[in-house]
Amino acid sequence: MSEIEKRALAAKEKPGKYGPDIKLEDFTLEAPEYGEKPLAQINEVDRDRLLNAGVDVTGEGRSGSFIQVDKSVIHAAPTQEGIEVQSTRKALEMYPWLEEYIWQVVQVDADKYTASAELNFQDGYFIRALPGVKSVFPVQACLYLKAASISQNVHNIVIAEEGSELHIITGCATDSPELTGLHIGVSEFYVKKNAKITFSMIHNWAEKIDVRPRSGIRIEEGGVFLNNYVCLHPVNSLQLYPSAFLEGPGATARFNSVLLARKGSHMDVGSRAVLSAPGARCEMIARAITMGGEVISRGLMVGEVEGVKGHLECRGMILKGGGRIYAIPELDGKVEGVDMSHEAAVGKIARDEVEYLMARGLSEDEAVATIVRGFMHVDIEGLPPILKEQIDNAIELSEQSLL
Amino acid sequence: MLEVENLTVSIGDKTLLKDVSLHIAEGETRMLFGENGSGKTSLLMAIMGLGSYKVESGRIMFKGEDITRLPTNERAKRGIGIMFQRPPTIRGLKVKEMLELIKRDGRDPEELARDLNFEDFMDRDINLGFSGGEIKRAELLQLMAQDPDLVLLDEPESGVDLVNISLIGGAIRQLLEKDVHKNRRKSGLIITHSGYILDYVEADKGCVLVNNTIWCTGNPHEILQGIRDHGYEGCLECQK
Repeated sequence: MSEIEKRALAAKEKPGKYGPDIKLEDFTLEAPEYGEKPLAQINEVDRDRLLNAGVDVTGEGRSGSFIQVDKSVIHAAPTQEGIEVQSTRKALEMYPWLEEYIWQVVQVDADKYTASAELNFQDGYFIRALPGVKSVFPVQACLYLKAASISQNVHNIVIAEEGSELHIITGCATDSPELTGLHIGVSEFYVKKNAKITFSMIHNWAEKIDVRPRSGIRIEEGGVFLNNYVCLHPVNSLQLYPSAFLEGPGATARFNSVLLARKGSHMDVGSRAVLSAPGARCEMIARAITMGGEVISRGLMVGEVEGVKGHLECRGMILKGGGRIYAIPELDGKVEGVDMSHEAAVGKIARDEVEYLMARGLSEDEAVATIVRGFMHVDIEGLPPILKEQIDNAIELSEQSLL
Repeated sequence: MLEVENLTVSIGDKTLLKDVSLHIAEGETRMLFGENGSGKTSLLMAIMGLGSYKVESGRIMFKGEDITRLPTNERAKRGIGIMFQRPPTIRGLKVKEMLELIKRDGRDPEELARDLNFEDFMDRDINLGFSGGEIKRAELLQLMAQDPDLVLLDEPESGVDLVNISLIGGAIRQLLEKDVHKNRRKSGLIITHSGYILDYVEADKGCVLVNNTIWCTGNPHEILQGIRDHGYEGCLECQK
């Protein structure tokens, strides 16, 4: 038994640090197997669901596509030279050196979910940009739940080699709004010297789905990691807290999240950044709206050396239907000469803003919708237009349901 | 155009306007003077139907229609526009998006922005980080897009430097159709503390709000001079 397996076994009952505890035994690892198929052969119903999660099943305007249904990878192929898109299982067979990237920035014994991802490994995606290669279009990846009460356990590895640029859009969705299920996704990102990864994740789960992503990011000198997370659909419970390790001088990380929690949804979402090299920069911006659900918005920045800079911002809006937004911004400066700040605000829609728009001729409902729309649209620096469009579309779809 | 008849307005148990009557004809520009707390802004807010202001008695007629109980947006749709003195910031709503939402048919936001030297602000969030002068220009730009028939301006010159005041004065003249000398349709009610705006925008009449009611009406330049010479106490004395 490997050391990794031993650690996983030791942690298989260990609850997560945050979020409601989930009984893994309530879910099954059994699901039908699906064979690989070209994008064009995906049926119309699945096609629409994937589209809502930001996945274009024509594959046009993409540098590659990956789709996994339950535990079966049904499609994994790049369309640009120098970009690799593969199932993690196959990539591990193909590249023995990949073992050095497994469980490096996420600890296998962090909790029972990471342990389950190791002990019940069901593939995942491997995406890599070769040195100096810049993805023309984003690579799209989708993790899809179809079988009843499935526990999906995936392990993803993303590597941007030196001087490369990789844009990824991931959409997660379920086959039916009534489906019960658990998604455990471990993702390890490696941003090499002067490389860049933009990673945009749009979650379209359902009311009875529990979600436990576990992500870690290592950023080398001059590297940039840009993370956008959008979750506007109902979910039973969602808890994620990616950790970025800014280890090279001038490394940069930005985390943007837009959350909408409806009644019955519990979201515990945040990010952590450890700035351990001079000139490292980090920004975290969170927008949370509740309509009866609960949102815990966390953010932690640790400044370990002089000359690092970070800013953390969380804004929450409580709409009709009540709910709770609990903002927990944390700054941990360990030496002299760190420059870190945070601001957090939670409230209802300001009456003066509504009246201002009404004085311009908008009805009260239109004014509220306009303010909510503006609140959710975060300006994301460095985001390719096609990804911005995807995020805007997800927000537009959600607004229609809001009204 | 606008007839305010014996209007008494309160918030909670505080009376803000007492038996105010005001008639503004089509094409007329009216200056409104008054010391701090006299009720000038409350009058504009009441006409626009904003805030928690409660009309205790009297009525507001606009183009012959009683609008006293109409919601704010319906008043705007009927042709009343307001320039706020301290407008709120609306995060995520870009100036150009706002203009698209509110513009009257045929108005070109880009062209209007050029007139106000405001093109560089079109992708900025409404009022976020704007200076005093920029807020005024943003407000006027929105009014120009709306193209209202009655313009309510709350201290358009406050916080504006000498270079920008000329630009702002020009925009107000345009809003009020000051270059139209026959059958002018646009009317205005302008609050001013300093009276500087009178150097840029000609007004037909002036009136003074003292102790929450309209105290006198007359030539705006003469009223301003009277206030400069004798203060608002002079207005009280004058009416005895």
